[in-house]
Amino acid sequence: MDFNDTPEEAAFRARARGWLEKNAEPLDPSKVAPNEMGEREDAATIRRCKAWQAKKADAGWACITWPKEYGGQDATPMQRVIFNQEEAKFRVPPNIYAIGHGMLGPTIMAHGSPEQKKRYLPSMLRGEEVWCQLFSEPAAGSDLAGLRTSAVKEGTDWLLNGQKIWSTGAHFCDWGMIVTRTDPSAAKHAGLTYFIVDMHSRGIEVRPIKQINGASGFNEVFFSNVRVPDSNRLGAVGDGWRVALTTLMNERVAIGAGTGSGRFKDLLRLAKQTRRNGRPAIEDSAVRQKLADFYVRSKGLQYTGYRTLSALSRGQIPGPEGSIGKAVGAPLGQQMAAFAVELQGALGAVADKELAPQEALWQEAYLSAPGLRIAGGTDEILKNIIAERVLRLPPEIRVDKEKPFRDIPSGNITK
Amino acid sequence: MNFEFSEDQKLVQKTARDYLAEHSGLGVCRAVLESSKPYDSGLWKGAAEMGWLGAAVPEQFGGAGLGYLELVLIAEEIGRALAPIPFSSSVYLATEALLLAGSEPQKKKYLPRLCSGELIGTFAFAEGASDLLDPGFVSTRFDAGRLSGEKVPVADGDIAGLGVVLAKDAKGAPCLALVDLGGSGITRTTLESFDPSRSQARLRFEGATAEPLGDAGKGFQIFERVLDRAAVMMAFEQLGGAQRALEVTREFTMNRYAFGRPVASFQALKHRMAEVYCALELGRSNAYYGAWALSSSAEELPVAAAGARVAACDASSLSAEEMIQLHGGVGFTWEYDCHLYYRRAKLLGLALGSAAEWREKLIRRLESRDAA
Repeated sequence: MDFNDTPEEAAFRARARGWLEKNAEPLDPSKVAPNEMGEREDAATIRRCKAWQAKKADAGWACITWPKEYGGQDATPMQRVIFNQEEAKFRVPPNIYAIGHGMLGPTIMAHGSPEQKKRYLPSMLRGEEVWCQLFSEPAAGSDLAGLRTSAVKEGTDWLLNGQKIWSTGAHFCDWGMIVTRTDPSAAKHAGLTYFIVDMHSRGIEVRPIKQINGASGFNEVFFSNVRVPDSNRLGAVGDGWRVALTTLMNERVAIGAGTGSGRFKDLLRLAKQTRRNGRPAIEDSAVRQKLADFYVRSKGLQYTGYRTLSALSRGQIPGPEGSIGKAVGAPLGQQMAAFAVELQGALGAVADKELAPQEALWQEAYLSAPGLRIAGGTDEILKNIIAERVLRLPPEIRVDKEKPFRDIPSGNITK
Repeated sequence: MNFEFSEDQKLVQKTARDYLAEHSGLGVCRAVLESSKPYDSGLWKGAAEMGWLGAAVPEQFGGAGLGYLELVLIAEEIGRALAPIPFSSSVYLATEALLLAGSEPQKKKYLPRLCSGELIGTFAFAEGASDLLDPGFVSTRFDAGRLSGEKVPVADGDIAGLGVVLAKDAKGAPCLALVDLGGSGITRTTLESFDPSRSQARLRFEGATAEPLGDAGKGFQIFERVLDRAAVMMAFEQLGGAQRALEVTREFTMNRYAFGRPVASFQALKHRMAEVYCALELGRSNAYYGAWALSSSAEELPVAAAGARVAACDASSLSAEEMIQLHGGVGFTWEYDCHLYYRRAKLLGLALGSAAEWREKLIRRLESRDAA
């Protein structure tokens, strides 16, 4: 048992670090870490992102786990983790490619035609074209297969009508991957078809959603008679659910890999700066008990990550066990932020970066936290995954599985 | 990154699991619980023959010369089986105290007998509802080779032959004494235990002959270091029991039907079991980190041990409490085994000081690490 790289991993890390040192500016570890949720994605930021991705692609550091024929390096998942760990120590633009590279690219590799792979994967890897995912709908989130956006065949094209929501980055994306309902008379999961859609098509309207933290990472996307050629279909007609599952499996891997122990050090510092019961808060026993609890859970997640990496290092692929990262991490983040804001007393209600401790990071974290408990699988869905796929408990009883989709009761949703 | 046990270590664990499955079914635990027997002496002999009692003791002192990574996995299996033997008292506490602070002659004299199981050891520290974070609770005196005072409760104090006793010297400084518990000047009383499958006692010393253990004036530091080491091993024992409790609960709820379906199919129950799973994994990861620190003598050990202890206490309480809840009424009966897990989880959770005390220790240690 040790935390060392194997000799091969160490050599790879040195090579990655060497390239990063020549091409990027190191982060100052004494400063508060950058907060991705707070980043604004304006045109200038997108340009910086594209330039950085192109630079990585030229040097062979983009999507390194992808096959060489699409511009990758056939690298191992462990090597990707090592590069990501090293890259995180440098000041680089926010990653607007996570969904494309982590989820959509692998879906095209698994289900795309040779022409589709050749057309889309190299430009996705270089970051010239940015991709978004068009899955959730107002009435289909956790119950994704209940989606209603329709695609109807007209000649060699399909006409898309309906609405998607929670589409991260759709406002600056060139391409989207969408699941639609092509046969409402078929059973729920059987009537779906998956397409690649040009986000610059006529009939698409993207409306950014203003979130409770003030940022607008997500969008609503409206489709009115949007024309998609049949050559942009991914997988067979009616096989969209199977294709979508490939995307979702990769989402779990992507999210699971990103879990860190977060901000415990900042919280400990805050407890030393603020006061309670006439003395520094850190001297209050209730505060100390709570801090210890946060520490143990944060570290538990960090060390669980080490166990996952150990499996990865041995060539094993992480399974549904990875759901624990988000199932525990997201509520923990909210509890820590709530506690930190309370430690600040009346000042906790002030979000002014000049006035609130630690540049108001906890106010921002508390406002962002509810989103993290919902996006990419709610707490409840993650517990279902742990219960059903890890503990092998029986699946939910589904009353809508066999019926034609159009006959499924829909409550107050307009059909 | 190699934060995992090796195949050889896992083989040691599997051997232990197989042995205990054959020789320590829950009937063995229940037999001790329901009788006046303080422990199962046959199983204790078996554990000695398997080499478990001296797994981490060097061969020159009669041990198997394996290491702590092997020992913690054996501890996990002891916990899984709810083995009714004084393993933690003798192996994690008395043996560790000797390894850590014993003189060469003391090690030679006692360790081989502890490894063979012929001698059972224990560590007597508590004096009632003591605040273990402050040496002020110690009133037992060790002066001129004589020990006087009262220790209560002492885990396995009624069956142990060798006691490590936390006392204070003539100057009032905490010190450790090594005492033959079968000697004169000692009165032992068996107490009614919260978990009668593990015994507890009151030890009264009235001028009992004892010898010093470790450097004079360092008694409390050694005590805390022994507790840290024990906490890591105990965490594995706690998690072993908690893991098994979840498995038993899963089996039961899969086969128990209500409203026409297995109760395990109800989301309310599934989510509770998922939460137990998460607590167990957090406990396991913290315990792994503790095992790494223990086996590599890392400076991180005091922080890592406290983290492992807190996470293991949380997971094992939750698992045992949910076990009864998810069994429903039968879980509250004497006949079902749930209470064996429930009692043991709390007993082990208090044996080295409560989770609340370890949370406080954890923060103290983080503060002093930051200050360093």
